[in-house]
Amino acid sequence: MEKFLLKNIENPNSADVNEYVKAGGYKNLSKALDMQPKDILEEVKKAGLRGRGGAGFPTGMKWSFAVADPKFPKYLLCNADEGEPGTFKDRPILEKNPHLLIEGMAISGYTLGSEYGYIYLRGEYPYAKDVLNKAIQQAYEKNYLGDNILGKGKRFHLAVYQGAGAYICGEETALIESIEGRKGQPRNKPPFPVNAGAWSMPTIVNNVETLSNLPYVLEIGGEAYSKIGSKDCPGPKLFSVSGCVEKPGVYELPMGTSLKDIIYKHAGGTRNGKKLKAVIPGGISTPVLPAENIDCAMDFVAMQKAGSMLGSGAVIVMDESVCMVKVTYRALKFFEHESCGKCVPCREGTEWLRKVLHRIENGQGREGDIELLTDVTWIMSGKTFCPLGDGAAGVVTGMLKYFRNEFEEHIKNGSCKFVS
Amino acid sequence: MFNETVLKEINDIRVKYPDRRSALLPSLYIAQREFGWLSHEAMLCVSKTLNLPEAEVRGTASFYAMFKNKPVGRHVIQLCTNVSCMILGAEKLVDFIGNKYGVQPGGISQDGRFSLVIMECIGACGTAPAMLVDTDFYDSLTEKRIEEILEGYK
Repeated sequence: MEKFLLKNIENPNSADVNEYVKAGGYKNLSKALDMQPKDILEEVKKAGLRGRGGAGFPTGMKWSFAVADPKFPKYLLCNADEGEPGTFKDRPILEKNPHLLIEGMAISGYTLGSEYGYIYLRGEYPYAKDVLNKAIQQAYEKNYLGDNILGKGKRFHLAVYQGAGAYICGEETALIESIEGRKGQPRNKPPFPVNAGAWSMPTIVNNVETLSNLPYVLEIGGEAYSKIGSKDCPGPKLFSVSGCVEKPGVYELPMGTSLKDIIYKHAGGTRNGKKLKAVIPGGISTPVLPAENIDCAMDFVAMQKAGSMLGSGAVIVMDESVCMVKVTYRALKFFEHESCGKCVPCREGTEWLRKVLHRIENGQGREGDIELLTDVTWIMSGKTFCPLGDGAAGVVTGMLKYFRNEFEEHIKNGSCKFVS
Repeated sequence: MFNETVLKEINDIRVKYPDRRSALLPSLYIAQREFGWLSHEAMLCVSKTLNLPEAEVRGTASFYAMFKNKPVGRHVIQLCTNVSCMILGAEKLVDFIGNKYGVQPGGISQDGRFSLVIMECIGACGTAPAMLVDTDFYDSLTEKRIEEILEGYK
């Protein structure tokens, strides 16, 4: 497949505006400004574009809610808080193709009637911050941003907002709290951000990859876009592959590419040809799949049927040398650290799970610990304020579903056989 | 109080947002740069500059992992040990750094040269294990490579 999101990134100067324009950049912005916003929205709906941040919400539908709200100004926030462990798919766009994102945001701003955009960038990407700031400055100089874009009388202003190391700020209402200068704790919904988000105004929060798809939708048209990859959720998709594989990295492939093909065809199979044990398909919050279940299409619908989630498309590959109890423990240590503390089931549940997993991994597991883990996940599932708690519980449930024997073995033997 | 240059820097940020509270995180970053960490004095400066209650400044600052609530070494090693890095041996690197430079996670080396912070994924899973030293990014780490890299941070 021809690359679009990662087009030209081998060029060492790909982040420069002139190189981007040379490769055909910003012509879709020009095209967009000659169209009516409602016609662009129609194209986005026709394209069937779904949010790439993890939830897979139809972008056109989200946008039409915001457009229908009569309040102004409207704000467009780009979620560049790529914090889901295993995920590094937005980084190549942010660091090597920043003008694609800027063009996508300018098109989106025009479509939504929003004149102010902010890129909420995670604090752990200081290099991307410099690249984005430079690219934004260049875009202003060349009139792709500003008060009179390309002389066509439209305004769009853009700035980078740097997060400070809180995973929860990837949740859209926590992101909004954070950009307003508060602790990043999720808000109650409704009202939804599309009606009352940042600074109480209609706010559209979209992932980097989602917004970067906009120029492509306009270039080939919604109809043609909808024919790429899976029927239910079409388009190109970035997959970040890490762990025990020969060629880890970010791959741009059609949505719906099989998980097996991603690992074996594109990422070169397992490292040193070791036996595959398990795969976390969509970032650490998505339930694990055992090696025998990886023949499934990577899209939002099919992955749910397979018992997991597409999430951010972050594939973590684990071979036979990896201890599943240890992975589960490390995941829960992460969730405990990142729980924002607002609701009890998540704040207490993640700590509890981490403690029990720690003792199992360290050979001090007790009889009944597996039942205790199951109990705690039940207390958390569906009862937390935001999806963080659900994700944490789902990780444990998924691991126990397929690798219960490993947990039992740890408890029975009072040790971990994987310790090297 | 901040000097004129810093006050102007904060004001330039402030005008990009509809309200002054939104300049809080960027201002905390600036205060941390100026003071090395977010001391009481640093937060007081932010509170006065943005005209926000000190308790709110402290409340926000304490929520975020990248704002330092205690003094740090001259250089901050931020090493990821999340799953993708862990699978490829990041924990051994924590031990290596601890033994070689005398710095434990969350602590400072005795000579004040390094702080060590365990990070929760820095988006370098494809080239794990990875770390940031101050704001410089390094990946595909081995013990030898860490030694070579840290040579450059005195």
